[in-house]
Amino acid sequence: MQIYLPIAEVSVNAFLLFGLGGLVGILSGMFGVGGGFLMTPLLFFIGIPPAVAVATGANQIVASSISGVLAHLRRKTVDLKMGTILMIGGLIGAAAGVFLFNYLKSLGQIDLFVKLCYVLFLGVIGGLMFIESLNAIRNTRKGKVPKRKRHGIILGLPFKTRFRTSGLYISILPPLMIGVMVGILVAIMGVGGGFIMVPAMIYLLGMPTKVVVGTSLFQIIFVTGFTTMLHATTNYTVDVALAVFLLVGGVIGAQIGARIGVKLKAEQLRIALAIMVLAVCFKLGLDLFLQPAELYSLASAGRH
Amino acid sequence: MWRWVVLMMFLALPAQATEEVVLGLSQDQVAITATYNGSEILIFGAIKRDGPVPEGPPLQVIVAVSGPDEPVLVRRKEKRYGVWMNTDSVLVDSAPSFYAVATSGPFSEVLKDIEDLRYKVSIERAIRSVGAAMSIKNAQRFADAVVRIRENNGLYKTLENAVAVDQQTLFRTSIAMPSNLTEGEYSARIFLTRGGKIISLYATTIDVKKVGLERWLYNMSREKPFWYGLMALAIAIAAGWGASTIFTVLRRG
Repeated sequence: MQIYLPIAEVSVNAFLLFGLGGLVGILSGMFGVGGGFLMTPLLFFIGIPPAVAVATGANQIVASSISGVLAHLRRKTVDLKMGTILMIGGLIGAAAGVFLFNYLKSLGQIDLFVKLCYVLFLGVIGGLMFIESLNAIRNTRKGKVPKRKRHGIILGLPFKTRFRTSGLYISILPPLMIGVMVGILVAIMGVGGGFIMVPAMIYLLGMPTKVVVGTSLFQIIFVTGFTTMLHATTNYTVDVALAVFLLVGGVIGAQIGARIGVKLKAEQLRIALAIMVLAVCFKLGLDLFLQPAELYSLASAGRH
Repeated sequence: MWRWVVLMMFLALPAQATEEVVLGLSQDQVAITATYNGSEILIFGAIKRDGPVPEGPPLQVIVAVSGPDEPVLVRRKEKRYGVWMNTDSVLVDSAPSFYAVATSGPFSEVLKDIEDLRYKVSIERAIRSVGAAMSIKNAQRFADAVVRIRENNGLYKTLENAVAVDQQTLFRTSIAMPSNLTEGEYSARIFLTRGGKIISLYATTIDVKKVGLERWLYNMSREKPFWYGLMALAIAIAAGWGASTIFTVLRRG
């Protein structure tokens, strides 16, 4: 069944969109990532204009994140206090990021910058997670108890508070900073930012993996919601019809994903996410370093 | 604007043109609905003439359907610092969003180059790029890239031998409009040629517009972007919450 999308101005298969939403939704529920880093490139492949894909992707992530976070709330694996602090940082960062995005756009190199950001962040984070998870699996086989790392600098900061759900007693400054940093990246890369947030929470804040996924989703809802509004009011690129098809698949996928995630061990979950992140990084890197089949690209000039 | 162009073309036509087009269209507007998936427009007509069929080379028919013109920014990638990045760009002043030209014979036989230059019938001529910066070599390659990319996307096409002409009097052709159509006023031009020279021209418009839900959503996104954004968020929140609730109920039941 073909559907004509009013804002994207293309006609696509409704079941394809439904399936795409479902696939990304499953990943979202399993790993606590919004799935934007997969959704956005996949939408490019089926012929959605990039600007519409980025904006609508943000809206779709809101839906699948809510669906996922409710499943986590019932199991009490969301640290609301930590999530709120991350969210405040995230909103500040997103606003700053949009400013930076428009500046780079005026220089005419935004596409390249975004892709380099992807390759760099996905590569570093994926690589670190992969090595870390391998070590963790090896250690549990040998029977060692994993030590939770404590960073001296983080412990010494003021404004300490207790995060009961995470079992932490740390300053609010590191999570706030992480929120701001991720918020900037969210606005520039057009994703939910879970794939950066999740490792940051595990490795920098030392939060338990079980709580990380739900808390990340909680935070993503607000940052992507904010991004959706920014795109809708400044670029007019949010396609509601596209979003509806993606999110019907997405919310169902997120529910299934959350249940699969519970059954997997934390290390397995992390290694699977690491492999996926590295695969996307590899694909994007190829595009940058290999000669493209079509050297020219078209952009509408002065339509907005 | 088209009306003036057409009028001027009529005035420019040679006086001995006694053959005229009487046109029929299967539809003079394309309505883009929610389930729009491309459409086919049948263009047919007859040739009205005062006397008998003139001697000489046979009558040929060219049908050109063109979407709204808009500027296109063309960028070229080059390898710099080991990475493929956009370096040069050229603004092509005016390129139709859609262009299909159907002819009753091989293009070079049906229309002389000089006539093509004047009436801008072929795809290459329909694109204008005078604003290319002098610093960029081979600006023509950028215009060629527009044609190549859009031909690959099915937006530009040359259909030779696609117009059927009977008894030098009746003609018909069908033009397939793609599914990724943009809105606007499309022009359809019908040229009659003999020996490669244009003897008559007829032009009309085909209105392509979104209707119903498509129209409503598009207008709202432009006129009330804040409320449109809130609506998008509300749908997302409702869908997320709804799916979660349904799944909980399913699991309990």
